[in-house]
Amino acid sequence: MNALRKKDLLTLVACAVLFAVMQGLMMAEIIGPFWELNIVLICINIILSVSLNLINGYTGQFSIGHAGFLAVGAYTGAIVTVKLGFSYELALIAGTVAAGFLGFLIGLPTLRLNGDYLAIATLGLGEIIRICILNIDYVGGASGLMGIPRLTNFPWVFWIMIFIIFFIKNFKNSAPGRCCLAIRENEIAADTMGIDTTKYKVMAFTLGAAFAGTAGVLFSHYFYIAHPASFTFMRSFDILTMVVLGGLGSMTGAITGAVLLTFISAYLAEYPEWRMIIYSITLIVLMLRRPQGLFGNKELSLKMFHLGGGKDGSTAESK
Amino acid sequence: MEALLKVNDISMVFGGLRAVSNFSMEIKAGELIGLIGPNGAGKTTAFNMITGVYTPTEGEIMFNGTRTSGKKSYQVTQLGMARTFQNIRLFSELSVIDNVKIAYNMHVKYTLGEAIARVGRYFSEEDEITKKALELLKIFKLEDKAYETAKNLPYGEQRRLEIARALATEPKLLLLDEPAAGMNPQETKELMEMIRWIRDKFRLSILLIEHDMGLVMGVCERIYVLEYGFCIASGTPDEIKNNKRVIEAYLGEEVS
Repeated sequence: MNALRKKDLLTLVACAVLFAVMQGLMMAEIIGPFWELNIVLICINIILSVSLNLINGYTGQFSIGHAGFLAVGAYTGAIVTVKLGFSYELALIAGTVAAGFLGFLIGLPTLRLNGDYLAIATLGLGEIIRICILNIDYVGGASGLMGIPRLTNFPWVFWIMIFIIFFIKNFKNSAPGRCCLAIRENEIAADTMGIDTTKYKVMAFTLGAAFAGTAGVLFSHYFYIAHPASFTFMRSFDILTMVVLGGLGSMTGAITGAVLLTFISAYLAEYPEWRMIIYSITLIVLMLRRPQGLFGNKELSLKMFHLGGGKDGSTAESK
Repeated sequence: MEALLKVNDISMVFGGLRAVSNFSMEIKAGELIGLIGPNGAGKTTAFNMITGVYTPTEGEIMFNGTRTSGKKSYQVTQLGMARTFQNIRLFSELSVIDNVKIAYNMHVKYTLGEAIARVGRYFSEEDEITKKALELLKIFKLEDKAYETAKNLPYGEQRRLEIARALATEPKLLLLDEPAAGMNPQETKELMEMIRWIRDKFRLSILLIEHDMGLVMGVCERIYVLEYGFCIASGTPDEIKNNKRVIEAYLGEEVS
């Protein structure tokens, strides 16, 4: 399996090169502030879509309350830096842990539900979190928590994104990850394979929520403000759309979905009235032409370009 | 010798329906037992109680010295009981080898942290699992298809894969729910030999639900017969064949 280690290293080197190029372009101001902002946003969206893919795509538990965990991370992080005056690193950890812990608490009862019921429950929970925040004066209530220092920059967001991508990829290719896949495929059969389904469902949900929390801290420390209006259920649907567009259960799909949709939004920023129309047409075409998403549940890898390749669902190891 | 599985007087009541009434059975290590009965006799319900899908409303089940009635299905599996399903339940979108690898999850010792960081025991154990899974697939003549998606296999191979997957949990008792369903006589015959061979090779006990009388009579050492939830007979195949109540249950009573 040393080939795997080699592949990981190669991917890391590729990431480092990508990072160097982007950073260089930003320093040389070939990439202006507008696109720099969007690149940071892409990275945050990738974190969100990849972590939602862990819950929806790999474990098959249809959750649509991801914006709620994003909000918890954003606010917890902001409290740590603004109100308590601790460091950014601590804020990142606190936001991650807080969202993960909440995910664990919420996951225990709700993951007994399945299908539409779970979707509705998580949708409701996402809204409950937002409404709660809206009514807490300590964090600014409806006007949001302002004056957050801009501590997030491109290197931070990029390397955290890479870390999370690797984390989830390695998780998927381990025994616990396979248990999650088994639950998605057939819960009854998974049970008879000696898999404690509740445990793995809660595990995936907690991890997904925790990473959404990380994204939240990055988010609020880039845009100076944590505002309840940024965490409505529309935000949850945005993330879900990215995952579904790329293909549920495909990590490369989730990444592509996040990049594509953030770009479309950015390009259409000048024509806000057209944005939703083009957005929805894209989705309708996709649903008609490719209901399983761009990549289905396969991973994009170099093998796909070889004849007869791309069949290896089990060893699909890619970014 | 102490029995491997001891079912004491179990009953299952669904609302007003008594699906299984006061059913008892005993399986010793290495035995091959059949459970038969007409449609709706409660065979699968009995199966589900033994494997922990249902908790019996009355009675208790002892497996390998542990009380399993009331335990959850996955806990029962962890104690060493594996099953297959009447309607095949594979992890259909995953590859054949992944189906088997999943079954090894109970024996994995590396921690989540080691898997994420890819250090320590992760690589050696993953190698080990892959090797074991391939060996098992080879036994079931599926090694050529190890990386195909499970749902694309022909029916007979899906059945074999399901049995292979159950064996990967390294059980002491294997329960097969109508393994010959949908098979032609030739395939059934092969299956019969395979069942006996599995028992000897993996040194386990097998409990079998089956409609195909030829298969049951040919392969089982003892047979239990259920009708309307009651156990009406038990004994060797010859005893069962000549049992008046069994004949009545299957062919109806003689008109006098």
